[in-house]
Amino acid sequence: MYLIDQHTKKIMEECKERARAAGLSFDKETLEYIVTNKDLLELSPKVMIPTLYDYWLYDVEVLKEYGKYKLYPSNPYETVINSRPAISFYNDNNPDWLNIMIFYHVLAHIDFFQNNRLFEHTWNDDFVGVALADKREIEGYRREHGRWADYIIEFSRSIDNITGYFHSLAGLNYPYHLEPDEKLNYYFNTFMPDVLGKSDSDISKEIDRYNRILAVSGDHAAEVFFAEVRQKYPEFTAELEKYERDESPWHDVLLFIRDHSPFMRKPENQWMKSIVTIVHNTAQYFAPQIRSKIANEGWASYWHDNLFRTDDRIKGFESDYARINAGVTSLNRIGLNPYAIGLRLYEYVEDLAEKGKLSWQFEKILNREKRDSFNLKTGKGKETIFGIRQNFSDFMFINTFVDQDFVDLHNLFVVGKRMDEQKGVVEYYIKSRKAEDYKKMLLDSLYHPPHITVSKELTTDKRLYLVHHFEGKQLYQGYIPDVLVGLEYLWGAEVKLQTTEIVAQKENNEVTGYTYRDVLYSCKNKKVTKAIAKDE
Amino acid sequence: MKSNSDLNNEQPITHEEIIRKELEIISEMKKHVHDTGELLPGLYTVSDSDMLPGYYPPRPDFGLMLRSLEDLLDYDKQREQDGFPRRIRLGKLVKPTRGNKSKVIVVPTSSEPKFYHDDSTTDDDEEQTGGSGEGEEGEVIGRKQAQPQEGEGEGQGAGQGEGGDHDVSSEAFDLGKILTERFHLPNLQNKGKKRAFSKYTYDLTDKNRGFGQLLDKKSTLKKIIETNILLGRINPKEPFDPTRLIIGPKDHVYRILSKEKDFETQAVVFFIRDYSGSMQGKPAESVSTLHLFIYSWLMYQYQNNVMTRFILHDTAAKEVPDFYTYYQSQVAGGTRVAPSFQMALDIIKKENLASDYNIYIFYGTDGDDWDNDGKELKEALGELIPLCNRIGITVAKNAWGGSSDTTVEKNINDSGFLQKYPKNIRMDSFKSEEAGEERIIESIKKLVSET
Repeated sequence: MYLIDQHTKKIMEECKERARAAGLSFDKETLEYIVTNKDLLELSPKVMIPTLYDYWLYDVEVLKEYGKYKLYPSNPYETVINSRPAISFYNDNNPDWLNIMIFYHVLAHIDFFQNNRLFEHTWNDDFVGVALADKREIEGYRREHGRWADYIIEFSRSIDNITGYFHSLAGLNYPYHLEPDEKLNYYFNTFMPDVLGKSDSDISKEIDRYNRILAVSGDHAAEVFFAEVRQKYPEFTAELEKYERDESPWHDVLLFIRDHSPFMRKPENQWMKSIVTIVHNTAQYFAPQIRSKIANEGWASYWHDNLFRTDDRIKGFESDYARINAGVTSLNRIGLNPYAIGLRLYEYVEDLAEKGKLSWQFEKILNREKRDSFNLKTGKGKETIFGIRQNFSDFMFINTFVDQDFVDLHNLFVVGKRMDEQKGVVEYYIKSRKAEDYKKMLLDSLYHPPHITVSKELTTDKRLYLVHHFEGKQLYQGYIPDVLVGLEYLWGAEVKLQTTEIVAQKENNEVTGYTYRDVLYSCKNKKVTKAIAKDE
Repeated sequence: MKSNSDLNNEQPITHEEIIRKELEIISEMKKHVHDTGELLPGLYTVSDSDMLPGYYPPRPDFGLMLRSLEDLLDYDKQREQDGFPRRIRLGKLVKPTRGNKSKVIVVPTSSEPKFYHDDSTTDDDEEQTGGSGEGEEGEVIGRKQAQPQEGEGEGQGAGQGEGGDHDVSSEAFDLGKILTERFHLPNLQNKGKKRAFSKYTYDLTDKNRGFGQLLDKKSTLKKIIETNILLGRINPKEPFDPTRLIIGPKDHVYRILSKEKDFETQAVVFFIRDYSGSMQGKPAESVSTLHLFIYSWLMYQYQNNVMTRFILHDTAAKEVPDFYTYYQSQVAGGTRVAPSFQMALDIIKKENLASDYNIYIFYGTDGDDWDNDGKELKEALGELIPLCNRIGITVAKNAWGGSSDTTVEKNINDSGFLQKYPKNIRMDSFKSEEAGEERIIESIKKLVSET
C-alpha cells in the first residue's frame, strides 16, 4: 500500500479543479493509495477501513476471500472511504485516461459523503483516526480479558444492524441544552410528588431552596443540591435510574442493554460498556452508506460521465471510455443496477426541473401533448439535483421521482420469475410496466432491517423482553437462537423475543395461502425455546 | 509453446533456464530484504510510535496480522467449552467450467447471526426484480435451467462485489488441511515411486510493451492508431493513409514468456454415487457432502495432484465430467449397484491406471439394490480390491429404512471382503437423518484411516 506517484496526483488535482468549477464541493485534501488485490481482499471485511478494530471473524472472512479470489480473480477499479481526508484505493495498472474517469467518479462520491445530510454525523471526525483509537482500546481490553472481549464484540455486533440510526440522525441538531435538566425535572415533577408523596407547598419550598443554591453556586448548583438530596433520600439514585429506563423517550436495543444490563452494571464488567459503545458507533458510521447506494452511485456516475466527456483529455480514448462507461451504467435486461438507475433518475429530475415540470402548474395539465411540450426554461436543473444530493436518501429519491414517465422513458419493467415444471426451467417474464409496481419493487428491494424494540413494561433485571414489530416479513429463523444466546450473556438473565411467523398453508404440497402467528422465543441458560401464542 | 522445464528431471538444464532460475532467486532475495528491512532499527526508523508507550507501530502488511486458520479453529473450539455455538463452518465454492475441470475450493466460512428479514417467505406470490428493454407485459424474456446442467452456472465475475448478504452456507479455504490437522485424518503413504509434485511450464501469455518474444500485431496496431490520434495525424472524419502513420518506440506490444505452474497427478479417485429415485434429500446430501470432504482431503494430501473420475448410477452407470454435475444430478430410475463398479474396473483396466497411481474408490448409496444376491457386485469388487488402495463404501440410510441392514450392506457383509481385506475395503453406515458434520467426519475417518 503506497501513495500514488506525483504524475497521477497531478492528474487528480486537475480533476479536482474542474469538479469544483462544475459545482462539486469537497475538502481540499485527499489521499490516494495504490493497493494490490491482496490488500483489497484483506481490507474488505473491515469495510475498507484499515484501522478498524480487529475481530477474529474478519480473519476467517479474509481466508474465505482468498479462496474466492482463486476461483474468480478480479480487478476492482477503486474504492473510496468516507474519512478526513477522504481516502481512495486504486489498482496500479490503470492508464491515465481511465484514472481521470475514476477520479471524477471518486470526487463525486467524496462530494456526496461531505454534503449529503445522511452523513452529517460523520462530518466532524476522521473515522480512520477514531477507529484507530477504538482499536487500541479494544486491544487493551483483549489483553486484559482475553477472548471475553471478543465475545462482547460478537454479541454487540449481533444487533448492530438495528441501532436506531434515523433516531440519532434526527437528534443531531436538536437543541438539547434548551431542555430542562432531566434530573431536576424528575426530582421536582415525579420523585417528590409520586415517590415521596409531598404536597405542592413542600415542593415549592424545595424549589426555593434550589434557587437559593443556584444564586450562590451558579454552575455547580445541581451538584451541590443533589449531594444533599442523596443524603436525605438514599433511594433517589436507584429511582432515577429506573425512571430513565422506563420513561426516557427512545433507546435502541444495543444502548438500552449497555445502560441497563444488570450484568454490565457490575463494577468488574464496566469495561464491556466501552466495547458496546464502539460497536454501536461503528455501525452508526456505516449506516448511511447502505441507505444511499442508488443516490450515491448515481451521483458519481452522473459526474464522471459529464465531467469526463467534456474533458479534453478524453481525446483518443472515446471508444474505450464508452465501453467502460456502458459496463458501469447500462440498464440490465434482467436485474437492478444502482449506478444505472441512479444516473437516469438524476438526469430525469434535472430535465424536469430545467423545464419547470416539478410544479403544480405542470401537474394539473392532463393533455399529453401539452405535457410533452411544457417548458418554462427555468434553468434550475443543476440546482435541483444538487438539492437531492444534499437531502435525499434512496427511499426518498425513488419514492418521490419514479413515475410512469420515467418508467416509460427507459423502458423499465418489473420482472417476474416462475417455474415451468414441465420444461424444468425457471422463466423470467415481463410482469408489469406500471410505475406503481416498479416503484414498489424498487422500494421492496431497498435495505431495511427489522424493527425491534425493548418492551420496558415487561423488562426487569431478571428478563430482557424484545418485541419485533412485524412489517410483512418474518425474521430469519436460523439466526434467532444464536443472537438470543449472545444477548442473554450481555443482559445476564433470560431474554425473550416476541415475533411473528408466516406459515404457509399447504394442500397436497401446493401452497394455498399464508397465515401469521405470534411466537415467543425464550432463551435461558443458553437454551432457546419457542412457544406459539394461542389464538385469541 | 511449452518447453521441457521440469527442473527435477534428469534432463540437462538449458542455458536459458539457468538464467531464469537465477532471476527468480534474485527476485526472491529482493522480496526478502524488503520484509526484514523494516524490522531493523536505525536512526530514522524509530519514531514516537516505537518509543512511547500507548503508541502502536503502523502495520506494514495486514496479511501478516492475520491469525492462521489453526489459531482460528482453536478459538472456535474454545467457544464450545464456553458454551457458545461454533462459528467456523466448512464451506465450498464450486466453479463449474466446461469439460472436466470444474474447480472446487473448500474454505472456512463463518456467518454472523443477526436479526434479518427473511425474504424467502412472504405473501407476495413470487420473487421480483427489475428489467429494461422491449417487450410486452407477460412476455417471457429469459429462461434458466431449474437444475444447472453440465458446464453451466454462475459466469465469470460472480466473485466480484457479490453482496453475499447473510448467505447461510457461503464459503472458504483449504478444507483438506482442516480435515487432516483438526480432525486427525491420517496422512497417506506414497506409492513408492517418487514424483515431482509440481512442475513449471512456460507460455506466451503475458503482454509487454517495447520488447518480447512474439509481436502481438493486433494490440500493436491499436497502439499505433492511438498514438497517431494523440498526435493529431488521424482525423476521425477522413480516411487515413496507413503508410504515413508514425510508429512510436513503445507501440510494439509483444507476448513474453511467463511461468505457469503445472501439476502432475499422483492419485486417481473414483467417486461413485447412487442417484436413483430413492436418493433424495438427506441421503443424497450426506453422500455428496461426504464425498466433497474426501475430495478436498485428498486434494490437500496430494497437493492438488489428484485426478478424479465421477460415476453416477441408477440401473446403469454413467461417467460425468465434473464434480459439479456429480453433485447436482438426479434421476428417477431404479437401482443397480454392480454396473458402476464394473465401469470403474473397466476404466482402470483400459487406461492402465493401476500401475502408475494410487487408486481410491468412494461409493455412496442409501443401501438400495435391485440385485438381491449381489453376485455381479461381488465379482466386480473381487477384481477391484487388489488394484485399489482403498474402497470406501458409505451407506446413508433413509429414514423409512428401519434399522435392519440394507441390501448393499448385506451383500458386502456376505462377500467376506471386509474381514479378508480390512486395509483395502471399508464400509460405514449411518442414518442420514442424524448425519451432521461431526458424524460425516467420523465416517471419513472410518473409511480412510490406516488401522
